[in-house]
Formats: sequence, C-alpha cells, structure tokens
Amino acid sequence: MTWLNSHPLTFLVFAPALLGLLLMALPQSVGKLTRLLGFLAALAVFVLSIAWLLGRAPGSAPLAEHAPWFTIVGLPVDYALAVDGLNLWLVLLTTFLVPLTMLGTWNSLKDRTGTFAALFLLLETGMLGALVAQDLLLFYLFWEAMLIPMYFMIGVWGGDERRYAANKFFLFTLSGSLLWLVALLFLAGKAGSFAPAVMAQAASALPFATQCWLFIAFAVAFAIKVPLFPLHTWLPDAHVQAPTAGSVILAGVLLKLGGYGFIRFAIPMFPQAAIHYAKPLALLSVIAIIYGALVSMVQRDIKKLVAYSSVSHMGFVMLGLASMTVIGTQGAMLQMLNHGISTGALFLLVGMVYDRAHTRMIADFGGVATKMPIFTTFFLIVTLSSIGLPLTNGFVGEFWILNGTFLSGFAWGRAYAIVATLGVVLGAVYMLWMVKRVFWGPVNPDEDSGTQHLHSDLNPREIAVMLPLVVLILWMGIHPRTFVAASEAPVTALLKDANAPAIRPLILPAAPAPGALEATAEGHVPASHEVHP
Amino acid sequence: MNKYYWLIPILPLLGAIFNGILGKRAGKGAVTVVGLGTVLGSLVLAISAFFAMKALPDHRLALDYGEWMATGSLSVPFGFVIDTLSGTMMLVIAGIGFLIHVYSVGYMHDDEGYGRFFSYMNLFVFFMLTLVLGSSLPLMFVGWEGVGLCSYLLIGYYYETDFAPDAGLKAFLTNRVGDLGVAIGMMVLFAAFGTLTVGDILTKAGHMAPEAGFGILTFATLMLFVGATGKSAQLPLYLWLPDAMAGPTPVSALIHAATMVTSGIYMICRLAPVFTLAPISMDVVAWVGAATALFAATIGLVQRDIKKVLAYSTVSQLGYMFLGLGASGFAAGFFHVFTHAWFKALLFLGAGSVIHAMHHEQDLFKMGGLKSKMPLTFWTMLAATLAIIGFPGTSGFASKDEILYLAYLKSPALWVIGVIAACCTAFYMLRLFTLAFLGEPRDHHAYDHAHESPATMTMPLVVLAVGSLLAVWLGWPKAFGGDFRIEEWLASAVTYGQLHGAHGEHGSAQLALVLASVSTVLGLGFAWFGYATYRNGLAVAEARAAKFPLIHKVLLNKYYVDEGVELVLLGPIRWFGNLLWKLFDVIIIDGVGVNLPGALARVAGDFTALFQTGRVRNYALSMALGAAVLLYVFLK
Repeated sequence: MTWLNSHPLTFLVFAPALLGLLLMALPQSVGKLTRLLGFLAALAVFVLSIAWLLGRAPGSAPLAEHAPWFTIVGLPVDYALAVDGLNLWLVLLTTFLVPLTMLGTWNSLKDRTGTFAALFLLLETGMLGALVAQDLLLFYLFWEAMLIPMYFMIGVWGGDERRYAANKFFLFTLSGSLLWLVALLFLAGKAGSFAPAVMAQAASALPFATQCWLFIAFAVAFAIKVPLFPLHTWLPDAHVQAPTAGSVILAGVLLKLGGYGFIRFAIPMFPQAAIHYAKPLALLSVIAIIYGALVSMVQRDIKKLVAYSSVSHMGFVMLGLASMTVIGTQGAMLQMLNHGISTGALFLLVGMVYDRAHTRMIADFGGVATKMPIFTTFFLIVTLSSIGLPLTNGFVGEFWILNGTFLSGFAWGRAYAIVATLGVVLGAVYMLWMVKRVFWGPVNPDEDSGTQHLHSDLNPREIAVMLPLVVLILWMGIHPRTFVAASEAPVTALLKDANAPAIRPLILPAAPAPGALEATAEGHVPASHEVHP
Repeated sequence: MNKYYWLIPILPLLGAIFNGILGKRAGKGAVTVVGLGTVLGSLVLAISAFFAMKALPDHRLALDYGEWMATGSLSVPFGFVIDTLSGTMMLVIAGIGFLIHVYSVGYMHDDEGYGRFFSYMNLFVFFMLTLVLGSSLPLMFVGWEGVGLCSYLLIGYYYETDFAPDAGLKAFLTNRVGDLGVAIGMMVLFAAFGTLTVGDILTKAGHMAPEAGFGILTFATLMLFVGATGKSAQLPLYLWLPDAMAGPTPVSALIHAATMVTSGIYMICRLAPVFTLAPISMDVVAWVGAATALFAATIGLVQRDIKKVLAYSTVSQLGYMFLGLGASGFAAGFFHVFTHAWFKALLFLGAGSVIHAMHHEQDLFKMGGLKSKMPLTFWTMLAATLAIIGFPGTSGFASKDEILYLAYLKSPALWVIGVIAACCTAFYMLRLFTLAFLGEPRDHHAYDHAHESPATMTMPLVVLAVGSLLAVWLGWPKAFGGDFRIEEWLASAVTYGQLHGAHGEHGSAQLALVLASVSTVLGLGFAWFGYATYRNGLAVAEARAAKFPLIHKVLLNKYYVDEGVELVLLGPIRWFGNLLWKLFDVIIIDGVGVNLPGALARVAGDFTALFQTGRVRNYALSMALGAAVLLYVFLK
C-alpha cells in the first residue's frame, strides 16, 4: 500500500493497460466475460480517480510523481506525472467516459468483443498518460501510443470504408506529430532536458523566428488532433467508420488532447509566438466554426452531421484559446468538457438507434418520436446542450469564449466574435432541422425505413448510460464553477506569464459623473455603486 | 416571506419536471392538480412579493442567490429584481398564465399528451418569469431562449403532423437569428460597461452625458432590437408568428399573444436609459414598429383562418407597442402590453372556444350565427373586440390613444401610419366578429354540433373580459381628464432613478383631443364598414375582392415574403453548404491535399514494393526511420 500511496497516478494510468493485456490473454470464447471484466476494470478506475482526485483534503499538495527515468543521447528523460487545474477535469472526463461508453455499446459489436474491451483499456492508458505527463518525451510517447488502439478500433470494427478511414486517421496524425517530434528534439537539444519549464526557458533565448517555427510545429500537431480547419478532413471519415465506442472516445477525449496540448505546452512554451499567431489561429477557428456548421447542414448521415458539428464546436475551443484572455481560455477549458459530454452523448444516441435500425441516413427516419419517446427526450436534451441553450453546458462555454474573444487584445477580435456568433445560429439550424426530419412528423411509411425497424424504446441499461450525461449537461450549465474553478488560477497565471495583451474594453467617452470606466491589465474595474450619490 | 420568493419561478419548474416525467403514469387528475397548483402557488407568492415591493420606498426588491458563471472579470449572479416594471409583468404572467392553465383543462381534455402539454406550459411560465425577473442580461437571456424553446415545443406539440414541426422549427430558428443580436448586444455592453447586471448598467448609463458613447450604444441597442424583432415578431423577423398558430389555441393565447411576444418590449423598457442614449436606435424602433403595425394589419384584412387573423393582429399590435417605445413613451408602450395581454388572450381563448365548439374548424367562412349557440363566448368576444379597435372608454382606446399621440409628437407621418393601421384593425376585427357570430350559419353540419364550452373554458373568458375592461383604470389618458397613472408607477423602474428616460410633456391637451377624435372617428367608421361588408355573408366582400384581384392576391399570399426568403436566403445557404462540402472538403482538401499525395505515395510504394511489401506499416516504418535520421542530424 505504501507504493500505492506514493504512486497513485502511475496506478491510475497503467492499471487499465495491465488489465487490458491480461484480458487479451483470455480466449475469444469467453468474450462476454472479458467484456464484463473490462467494464468492471474501467469502472473501478473511474471510482478511484474520483476518490483520489476529488476526495483530497483542501490545501493538500497536488498529486505528482517525479523520478529520473533514462537518458537518450545525453538528454535526461524524466518520469514526471501530475494532476493540476489544467488537466484535472479532462482526466476525470476520460475515466468517466470509458466505462460509460462500454456500457452504452454493450451489444453493439458482434464479434471479438473481448479484444475490443481490452484495446479500449489500452487506449485509456494512452489518454490518461498523455493528460498527466509532465515531461515532453513522455507526453510524446503516450500521445503516439493512443494512436495504435484507436487505429485498430476503426480498422477492425469499423464500417465498410474502415481501412481508408483508419489509414487516413493514422497518417494524418502521425505526419503531424513527426514534424512536431523534430521540433521537440531540436529544442530538447538546446535545453538539455525534456522538462517543459526548462525547454520554455531555452526557447525564450532563441531568436524569435526560430520560436515561431517551433510553435508552428507544435501547433500543427495539436491542430490536426483538434482538428482545426483545414486539417479536419480525417475526422468525418474516422467518425463515420469508427464503431460507436470509438467515435465517443475520439470526440470525447482524443480531440481534447489537441486543445490540451495548446494550453499545456504550445502556449506556455512559446508565449511570444503564440501571441504572434493568435490572430491567424483565431481566424482559422472562426472559419472552422462557420464551415463546420455549413457542411453539417447538408449532411444526410446523422453521424457525419455530428462529426462535422465537432469541427464547429472545437473551433470554439480554439477561438477561446486564441483569444488569450482569461474569460476566453476558461471558456475553452469548459467547452472541451462540454464537447466531450454532449458530442459523446450524441454519438452514443446515434449508436443506439443504429443498433436497432441499421441505418443512420436522415431520410430513412421520420416519426421516431412516436416510436421511441424516451429516446427522443434524451436526444432533444442533448441537442439543446449542443446548440448552447442557456442552463445547459454549451451556453456557458460559448458565452465565455465569445466574450473573451470580443475583449481580446488583437485587432479584429470583435469582428471575429461577432462572426463566430453566427455559428450559434447555424448550430441550431443543422441540429434542429435534423431533429425535425428524424423525430417529428408522421412515421415514415416506407416498410424498409429505419423508423419501421424501431421496435423498442431505450432499455434500462441505455437509460442508465444517458442519465449521468444529462445530469452533467445541466450541472455544467447551472454551476459551471465546479468544473472550471480549478483551472482559473493556472490559466490566469499562464496568461500573465505569457504577457498576453491586456483585454480591450470598449472605452466609452469620458462621462461627467464618477461612473467612468478604467481598464487595467486584467479587465474592468467595475465602478463601485457606492460612489454614486 | 422574502425567503420564499425564489419559488415564484421555481414552482412552475417543479411542476414541469413532475408532469414531464410522471405525467403519463400519474393520470390527468394529478397532472391538473400539479400543473395548475404550481402556477397558482407562484401567483400567490407573486402577489405577496408585489405588495412587499410596493411597500418599499424605492419600489425595488432585489433577491440574490449566488454566482452563476463567474470567470476572469465577468460575474453573473443568480438574482431577481422585482420592481414596478418586472413586478407588473410578473403578475400578468402568473395571473393570465393561471387563467389559461384553467382554460386548458377544458380545451385539452381529450388530448393524449395531456401531461406533456402541462409540462411544457409550466416550463414556459418558469422561463417567462425568469426572463422578467432576472437581474442580469444573461439571466434574462436564460428566460429569453427558454421561452423560445417552450414555444418551439408547443407549436410542434402535434408532432406527428407535417406542418406543426415545420412551424416550430421556423419559430425557433427565426428567434435564434434574433438571439444572435441579443448575444452581440450583450458582448458590446459587457465590453463597454464591464458588467452585465442590469442595475449596474443602468446606473452607469444614467451617469453618462447624453452624447457619450453614441456609436457604441447605438450599435448595442440596435443589436438588442434585432433580438426584440425576433421574439416580438416585427419586420423582418415576424414570419414565424402566423405559422405558430399550429400549436394548441391556449398556447397561442398565452405565448403568442399575451406574454412571450411582448418580451422584446419588456427588454427595451428594462434598458430604457440605455436606449434613450441612442436616439438613432429609438428612431429605428419607432419606424419598424409603425411599419409592422401597418404591414401586418393589411394582411389581416383577407385571412380566412380565425387564428391567422388574430396572429397578424398580434404582430400589428406589437408594432404599436414598439412605436410607443420609439416615441420615448416607455410607459405608453408597456401600458399597451398590459391591456393587450388581457384582450388578446381573451380573443384567442374566445376563438379557441369557437374552434372547440366547431370540431376544430378554423375557417371563418364556414362559421356564422354562433351568437345564439355560444352566448358567453359571444359577449366576452364583443368586449375584447371593442377593446382592440379602441372603442372609446375601453382599455385599448386608452393605450392606443397614448401611443398615437406620442407618435404624432415624434413625427406626424408615424401618426398617419398608426391611424391607417388602426382603421385596418377595426375592419378586420369586425369582419372576424361578424363572420363568426352574426349572420347566417354557412356550414350547417358544424353549426348543428356547436355548443357553449364547459365552465373551465368560459370562466377564464369572463375573468379576462372583466380584466380587459378594468385595465383602463391604470392609464386613462390625461387628455381626457385621466392621470395616466401607469407612467408614474413605472417611472422608478423605467428611468432607474435617472433624469433622462422620462419623456417630457409637450404638445397640448387640445392637440391630443383633436388627434384622438380623428383616429377614433375613422376607426369606428372602418369598424362599421367591416360589419356592413360581412353582415349578409360573403357576397359583398367577394365582389369587392374581384375588383382588385392583384391586391387581394398579394395580401392573401402575405406579400409572398415566405417564398422570397426561401429563394434569396435559405436556398443559397444550403447550396453554399453543399458547395463547401463537395468542392472544398471532398475535392480540394481530400482530393488534392490528402489523397493525391497518398496516390503518389502509393506509386512510390509500388516502386519500393519491388524491394519490399509496400503497405501502410511500411510508410510508418519509413517515417520512423526518417525521424531517427533527423534525430541524429539534430543531436549530433
């Protein structure tokens, strides 16, 4: 137990992989048992992560582990893990989504279910490791390790075009990260270490142009993962071909690692370059928001529609990060969680209907509400969260991001914010138009239609999967502080260290009364009310 | 009692949750008790809160329930403010809301989705009260979007039909376009004032010189007004409201006549000091309002569906309210909200009573002679009709007169438009009334089945009729010896204790009298004209329509605006989305950017396949090798 006390993160990260490898050794014939064991393992990891990460006494030291590991070409690599305000909720999102997804797709796969569960656990280790790694080479190893299980999940259990999609996914991501590896090694060589703080120090001593190149190398790798327009085209293929569980984790966690890479490494390590490129990044984000929404609107496959909506939603994340303001960045942090919950839930729901109807084409449905009222209710709630209705999670994230962007220090920030707001309208268009065609109206009379194959509403297992998601959607919308309080201090410090430009309030012309506004480095000093007579 | 006031909006929310989850299993009795009980409880608390607020010296009761979404320099509390403006509105919502809930018990009695219906209605009351009571713009926005959601759900209530979901979708999306304006307006106000709490914004605005921040505030208020045109169905975003009549009639009365559609007016009253600082925005508000009042009234002249006539009438009346606001008559505009809530809710419920009796027949041309069959409906509808056409002495007369007078002071042209719209109103209302209740029955089968509605439906009619007559007490115009007391009552809320915001009294009593006489005489003339045209059936009207076929056709087709929007807006957007996807994603990025290099790589792979196997893992291997080479080069 003493080992466990001093290595809780190691346990959390590697327990899934160890169990996964054990499960892989089980024969195919006991696939169902393997699946059950896999689920229980993931559930146990979730419970432990809650207990260890949230159940800590206030004020106790942050969870961290640090040990020298090995040396490569004279560069020391550290085994450094930590959970702090920036990754706490992403770690919990991961441990939460894995068992939930397993339960939600219990009967979706017909063959090799045991192997799938084992791969899933391996994937969880990769994701958790990447999230908690505090050494860049370690981060890189986990980052690449995530690819392999996901590659097989798409390539083996995917749809008809699974090989194309899996290869595209693999090569896209790999080519981005190899470029990044080069930059990483170059900088590590300069710094003599893979520790982010030391590397940041070394980077700041480099010529600005070099910093910019390094930032771009980092940014491209992360942007592919996000994915940021125009590097997004692997995503729709991967999502459509992936089995439901793969889509949920891809959307729920893997994409988040792109955004997380920016906030954890790219921005703090190259703050000047990040500020320099904030504007083009914001521009690409705005394009992604609008582009993703417009393309979603014309999709005929529900899953592809949700996939393209991810491009739009993750565009909001990138916009918030590029705003380089506390409000915008906090919005991005929340939006990452939002997207994980809402889009994860949407993929689960699409999977539930696909399991029954064996089609996902919008035109094959119509009148689903008549056949599956409970399913419809859940779908509608998640849709409302996805389109950012107030009191759901989506609203808070988008509201912060848009306001942060409006206040951001770079020119045209206000225009970007206003254009991005259009994405909120378009989001409602494509989602509710789809809802109308799928759920409302008379039952599709065609005998082969998807609706005609819907014989049962959600069963208790599926309801049990959806309920926690709905609770989270409302919780995050009503009390977002629970989920962003931890990141407030690190984000504020990070932007301060980065010397992010001060936010730019609209200065109203000097007023005669003492209600005049003053702007300071971090915002407004709200004129206190007592001043007024 | 203060500590229970949070229940005013929350009680209906609890009702909505109960009816939504358990409505089907609990049975109609339980649904009725919960659905009506929660709104009644809310009403009782609201009355208590209203008088508690009235007893306070500054008529402002602020309630704070902690932080909602704070980060960085932003802070948005969960807080309610009950003052003379929000308090009055709160009573209207809870009061008329309760009456309409009672009415719905009768109207929806045979409906299978009884629990679902009351769940949505309760949810609406929750969101509407949140909109009105919210102490900050984001919290008002919760209600603002929330009522839009309930509107969507209730318009599309008959979801297994084709048209209702279409109408619901149209309502939501049109409102979203408006909400875009509100969202942008909020961003601008936050950037300008550093706060989104209404009280703080108004205090700061009140301390600004009149010309300060002109451009910024003009932009912000225009954006907010875009939101108002969406929610309150003004040009050009009015298109959804007539379609919204696809919902059950109590919904039309509560949401699409009495409460939700007046949110835009409420918001402008709430932010009156800010709007006052932006004179250009005030002009826009006035002119859009006047144009809408006339535009919608002309369409109302020829519609056959009884609810469609009332819907265009609502659009038109909302236009009057904006006209009043734009003429700096915040009290006048709000007074029309108040009087209109009574008589328009009554008109819709009366129409619902007729539709109910006629087995869901909504075509005016198939009605007629219902007076003797439905005496209570007839008399209450008469009271409402007199009010809406501005018959002297009614509440509608008082509020419309005040608006027209202020419009004249702003610009005589606005007055002329307003009077023409009033003449149209008088005509189509008498047309509706005559076609439904007087003359000979035109569809004997339906007529024979017609019967007076049950007491749960007629009692609310009577209460609303009394209300629409008594509402005049709040604001009898000064020109006729009244004191227009609503202006003084609202002053503390509308001006927020500031100097500007209140409109100075200019013009003269004689001018007011002359204007009122002219508009009233013209209005009554057109009312008679409407009655005379239709009292003997449809022949006279048909002959007249045949003389002006083009005008008649254009009006009947609502100026072809829907078709135009599809042609120039919606079609191109879909086309553009397809273009992006097919051309950009599939051909350029994937084709040229991804698959072409992939194909080249495959060619290269085929070449290397002479030596190796040429598969994906080989590419990966070669990439890893390449990385190793680079590693060596860099670190050497």
